[in-house]
Amino acid sequence: MDALNWATALPLIFMAVMGLALLAYVILDGYDLGVGILLPFATDAEKDVMVSSIGPFWDANETWLVLGVGVLLICFPTAHGVVLSALYLPVAVMLVGLILRGVAFDFRVKARDSHKTTWNRLFAAGSLATTLAQGWMLGAYITGFQNDTWGLLFSAGIAITLPAAYAMLGAGWLLMKTDGDLQRKAARWGQGALWPMGFALMGISLATPLVSPTVFAKWFVLPELFALLPIPLACVAAFFAIRHVLATPRVVQAGYGWIVFGATVLIFVLAFLGLAYSIYPYIVIDRLTVWQAASATESLVVIGIGVAITLPAIIAYTIFMYRVFWGKARELTYGL
Amino acid sequence: MDAFTLSRIQFAANISFHILFPTITIALCWFLVFFRLRHTATRGTPAALGWEQAYYFWTKVFALTFALGVVSGITMSFQFGTNWPGFMERVGNIAGPLLGYEVLTAFFLEATFLGIMLFGRGRVSERMHLVATLMVAFGTTLSAFWILSLNSWMQTPVGYEIIDGKFHAVDWLAIVFNPSFPYRLSHKLLASALTAGFLIAGVSAWQLIKGTANEGTRKALRTAITAVAVVIPLQIFMGDLHGLNTLEHQPAKIAAIEGIWHTEKGAPLTLFGLPNEKEGRTDYALQIPKAASLILAHDSDAELKGLNEFPGAHPPVAPVFWGFRVMVGVGLLMLAVAWVGAFVLYRRRKQDLATLPRPLLYTLVGMAFSGWVATLAGWYVTEIGRQPYLVYGLFKTADAVAPHAPAMVASTLAAYLIVYGLLLVAYVGVIKYMAEHPAMPTPAAPHPAPAPRAV
Repeated sequence: MDALNWATALPLIFMAVMGLALLAYVILDGYDLGVGILLPFATDAEKDVMVSSIGPFWDANETWLVLGVGVLLICFPTAHGVVLSALYLPVAVMLVGLILRGVAFDFRVKARDSHKTTWNRLFAAGSLATTLAQGWMLGAYITGFQNDTWGLLFSAGIAITLPAAYAMLGAGWLLMKTDGDLQRKAARWGQGALWPMGFALMGISLATPLVSPTVFAKWFVLPELFALLPIPLACVAAFFAIRHVLATPRVVQAGYGWIVFGATVLIFVLAFLGLAYSIYPYIVIDRLTVWQAASATESLVVIGIGVAITLPAIIAYTIFMYRVFWGKARELTYGL
Repeated sequence: MDAFTLSRIQFAANISFHILFPTITIALCWFLVFFRLRHTATRGTPAALGWEQAYYFWTKVFALTFALGVVSGITMSFQFGTNWPGFMERVGNIAGPLLGYEVLTAFFLEATFLGIMLFGRGRVSERMHLVATLMVAFGTTLSAFWILSLNSWMQTPVGYEIIDGKFHAVDWLAIVFNPSFPYRLSHKLLASALTAGFLIAGVSAWQLIKGTANEGTRKALRTAITAVAVVIPLQIFMGDLHGLNTLEHQPAKIAAIEGIWHTEKGAPLTLFGLPNEKEGRTDYALQIPKAASLILAHDSDAELKGLNEFPGAHPPVAPVFWGFRVMVGVGLLMLAVAWVGAFVLYRRRKQDLATLPRPLLYTLVGMAFSGWVATLAGWYVTEIGRQPYLVYGLFKTADAVAPHAPAMVASTLAAYLIVYGLLLVAYVGVIKYMAEHPAMPTPAAPHPAPAPRAV
């Protein structure tokens, strides 16, 4: 390809890399944030197992956020400034939440026993605050940072929905990583999160075209509407698959608990695809396209080479790590 | 205060808090690799248990420190966008790839293998576990490489061209290996070794005082004292080279460090004094005639440029002046303590370390966090010394700030300061608690490896 084509293609490629990194983040940190949100409902012994089930993973999970925001920063510096300046306060809330839960992981097993309860609470509170802030940010992003009543209501709506969705991921994760009482509890938690998540997802899907005429115009035209129908239909199918597995203990006992996690991931992926379709070709909706916001092509080439070499390696050793820790989690050993 | 000042304080608070933890973990991980290797080498002898104990105890400290470094580092990555959008808009073409390579090559490597290093014993082979520890050590060092490359480029920018006000890369090799980078990277890595070394020595000394020491404590103490005794003279030598490099590229910073207000030949070395920026002089100065010229130019009559040569383009004098003296003072103290410690330690090679003189132990405890003081002071010298520029000589800090309402920045700043203050107290408190309760659970493989099975 000649230089002109690279100038067209690279911003798109990096938009995809950024989107996938953020999708990976939402799914991966989503389940460990979800476990954090569910923590207050467990007994003390169960809390140790829950934390140990995410212990080896959380740090790498959060690194996907750094990559996603990193790509925004590196490849779309103009958009990065616009987005993060507009999201100043929710970003600060999220960061404080991430700080609290990240350190609580370590402090809770190292501090004296009388302080453990406090760190457990901070872990749960930090997880919830992070999730609420992320939901708010997603809402504000979709509306193009409208600060009118509907824009704020929409953001608030997503903010209170995301905890249910993350809790669902967390419950699905625990179904795979635990057994016995805790596994049965996880199924109940999943049932508790199921309908709030379902209603909210439906509400958001219907509200999005209403708050954004740009999105409305992309979905409600023929023949695109028919091509897009599989997205909501697959979501509905995934939803009822989750419902069936959670309500049928012998399916979980037989080792099919992973369906809950898998179907929740599927819903996240579909929602992501729907969102990507809604927003393209903008990076800040109605304001900046990916090309307007992109860095100089020669810088994109340099970072593109790095991504092409390292991303496969990152994925390979991430898979390796998940294989190492395959199977049921145990209680923490030697206080690491 | 205006949003600019508040944003600067917030960035300084964030990065100061952040750097405390990587400064420990960069070198601490190599100490852990050493403990592991010694453990393997002494397997089957009584010494093996001691190395195992040292490894486990300091792995716990590493895990805690690393977690604090990660979460405060995530905060850093957002600060660019929330408070300094002008930085990436104008310098993004150069800063972006350097930051990107840090994330891609270092962050994922250390974060992923950390999981195996901390929780994988018994699930992977001993060799794989050692590889994981090595990968984490390699990752943390690589991370320092990239971030210091960017930081150094902001101090000594080369290999760029400016088109329509935006920086564009022309020569990546020149950008990565810019003139101050080798000095700054070496200086930082050695500082990390000293910080981790004095932390290990101080905590070990505390365990000896409190009677909670085990064989691992003695091995860790001996390793740490040996390391700092070797590293501190290297660091002083490297610091001098770094200073000469700064004189060449950033004479205004040196003028502020030395308190040289007017260009003069045979400039005196000011040991102490009160910089008076309004009057352009150092009050109550205690000086050695011609020594500054001798040290900086290796010629007692050499001319040194004064601050008068850089009107409106030199840093505030007092913080740079004092930061430098604190750093050098702590460095000299480290030299004294490290060498006395090494002397005493090696004289009683065969004896029990519990008989070490109390004053030495208490001094080591007092020095446990001396690396933090010197590191922060040094960073203030170099970063405040870069002001008023963000990219030295080319792009002013004030031009990068986001125009937020001061009250909003003040509220987030207050939140960060409260969280950071509490975490700092908790961190030091928990390390003290761990030192006094060095529970040593089952060494070797903590639990049998389960057969992988589908879930």
